[in-house]
Amino acid sequence: MGKPEFVYVTYIETTPEKLWQALTSSEFSKRYWFDTELKTDWKIGSPFALVMDGTTTDVGEVLEFDRPRRLSYTFRHVLDDDMRNERPTKVVFVLEPHGKLVKLTLTHEGFAEGSKLLDGISKGWPAILASLKSLLETGHALTIPPAALAIEGIQ
Amino acid sequence: MNIDHFKPTLVYTIYIASTPHKVWQALTSAEFSRNYFFGNAVEVDLRVGGAYIVRTPDGALHISGEVIECDPPRKLTATFNVNWPMLIEKLGPTLVSYEIEPAGDAVRLTLTEAHDRPIHDDILEGGRQGWPAIISSLKSLLETGEPLVVRMAPPQKMLAALKKLGIATPS
Repeated sequence: MGKPEFVYVTYIETTPEKLWQALTSSEFSKRYWFDTELKTDWKIGSPFALVMDGTTTDVGEVLEFDRPRRLSYTFRHVLDDDMRNERPTKVVFVLEPHGKLVKLTLTHEGFAEGSKLLDGISKGWPAILASLKSLLETGHALTIPPAALAIEGIQ
Repeated sequence: MNIDHFKPTLVYTIYIASTPHKVWQALTSAEFSRNYFFGNAVEVDLRVGGAYIVRTPDGALHISGEVIECDPPRKLTATFNVNWPMLIEKLGPTLVSYEIEPAGDAVRLTLTEAHDRPIHDDILEGGRQGWPAIISSLKSLLETGEPLVVRMAPPQKMLAALKKLGIATPS
């Protein structure tokens, strides 16, 4: 296998603009992202934070905001003791129209070898993105208890 | 067949608002699979050693394999060999495994592709391109009743790499 990173592709029946809104607004993210709010003004270089149920879980900085094509930010987990000390990583979303669908490619990269965070996000992102797809296609997010993801250090 | 020496080359996890039983049906029924698998039909004899076959929309044999593990509605593992001349001789068998687990009100489906020897990245690109479209469409079909219409060009890098190895690919 190659360098330590996580890549996930999914196809969603929606428009790039709706998907962009879902990826960048707390109103949406609270519904599909385990009740997580996105705290940022989305200006390049601005701070970025994920706040779950009032607790900040991850922080970073906005790198790219090219609506509705490409979104990226740095990403550092701040709750778990081991993961908090790992180096900052990078999250990139690429949105491409694909007929009546949108192809969404998430790349989360920049992990050190043996990263505990990589294991955690590899379990977290598929649940978040599957719930996002359900929300956009059916109007209902999935109800997955975080404990069902079996991420070490996260209840 | 002993599969201990196979190593995963692709793991794809998705969550579906459905039941393990319905996901199992979707993965193993010809009628259902035609809707999400680029028109291809999965025909599987659900017992260890049973045949695992995928036919193209015109009925031609596209993939043939053998059921290795069969634990409905939790786990299905089968060899998954594309029926192109010399492919199995050059690449060895491909193994595909589906794992189905309840996760809250949803179902977690984990697809794993594995090989028993190192495979060139360009060849693995075929699965990396195809599986997310197939599994995304399967999820949509189970949740909305309608599959996705994913139009996809053939994986050129994979076809070129196979040709180089002397494997006959459809023109």
